[in-house]
Amino acid sequence: MRTRDFTAAAADTASVGLSLFPLGVSLGVLVAHAGLDWWWATAFTAVIYAGSLEFLLLGLVATVTPLGQIAVTALLVNMRHVFYALSFPLRQVRPLGRVYATFALTDEAYALTAGGRARGWSGARILWMQALCQAYWVGGATAGALAGALVPVTLHGLEFALTALFVVLTIDAWRDRRDLPTPLLAAASFAAAALLTPGRLLPVAMGLFTAGLLIRYALRHRRQPSKPATRQLPAPVPASASAGLER
Amino acid sequence: MPTPLYLAAVVAVSTAITWGLRALPFAVLGPLRRSSVLQFLAVQMPTGIMLILALYTLRDLRPTPWTAMVPTVLALAAAIGLHLKTRNAVVSVLGATALHVLLSTFWHTG
Repeated sequence: MRTRDFTAAAADTASVGLSLFPLGVSLGVLVAHAGLDWWWATAFTAVIYAGSLEFLLLGLVATVTPLGQIAVTALLVNMRHVFYALSFPLRQVRPLGRVYATFALTDEAYALTAGGRARGWSGARILWMQALCQAYWVGGATAGALAGALVPVTLHGLEFALTALFVVLTIDAWRDRRDLPTPLLAAASFAAAALLTPGRLLPVAMGLFTAGLLIRYALRHRRQPSKPATRQLPAPVPASASAGLER
Repeated sequence: MPTPLYLAAVVAVSTAITWGLRALPFAVLGPLRRSSVLQFLAVQMPTGIMLILALYTLRDLRPTPWTAMVPTVLALAAAIGLHLKTRNAVVSVLGATALHVLLSTFWHTG
């Protein structure tokens, strides 16, 4: 290990750490407020290491939600991580380090390497960057849980940190591609799920949204290479997926 | 109250799925890169998923006594306003949360 890689990674992660640590603190305080032992905050953040999922899990475990529904939630909430592999510079990391590099491929790690910024980074610098991000997160959550366990005062409204985080992430994602149909489709999917299946709101809303996007993709791509012979039937969703592979 | 065994199972299931989702695409990266439907999803999904998650966190909000909604509505406006102005996630999240804690504490006792 070279000090130069560590110093560079510390500089790379400074801004991200400023948001990860306080968010970790609020997660830790919520763990304590939920009546769980403080070290569950450490276990959640160190082992699962998927921030938004961990916030959601606190609400789900409080009502002892069945494991199957937890699995579906984890799958849908973290589905976006599949796409991070498209540009993450994993090949710059030595094979043994790749195990950790994929495990710690969070939104923040992806954002820090996005846009070809990490093309010249050494494997060690990438791994240090990821380890530091995790350290801020686990450290914040542990500190917050310990503080929350010591101070018995319940602060109302702390859980709004999660809402604010998602609002901020929505705005950032929206800025990338100012496209109106997608957020409208998401809002409609949420409204439909809230009315039809309030008990399984999250997985159903995300399922409807994904199906809607696939239909939108199919409609858009049928217009361009128009094949009149296949137009009498609406294209089933899997067919659109294979049509995409041909391109 | 969740038991330690249940919590351990939740951690195990969540970790396996999250890690799997992060590692799997590297194994099948070739065809994935060329799939235009996946690229379309990669571009379109984040906005919608984040919006759904934001709405989900507000699912227990009820307009029955409209005064109960005031802290959340004001904090939401603060989060959106701060983020459009500063583009700094720390400022927006911490600012809006601090406002919400202040308002709801004040609202409950006052």
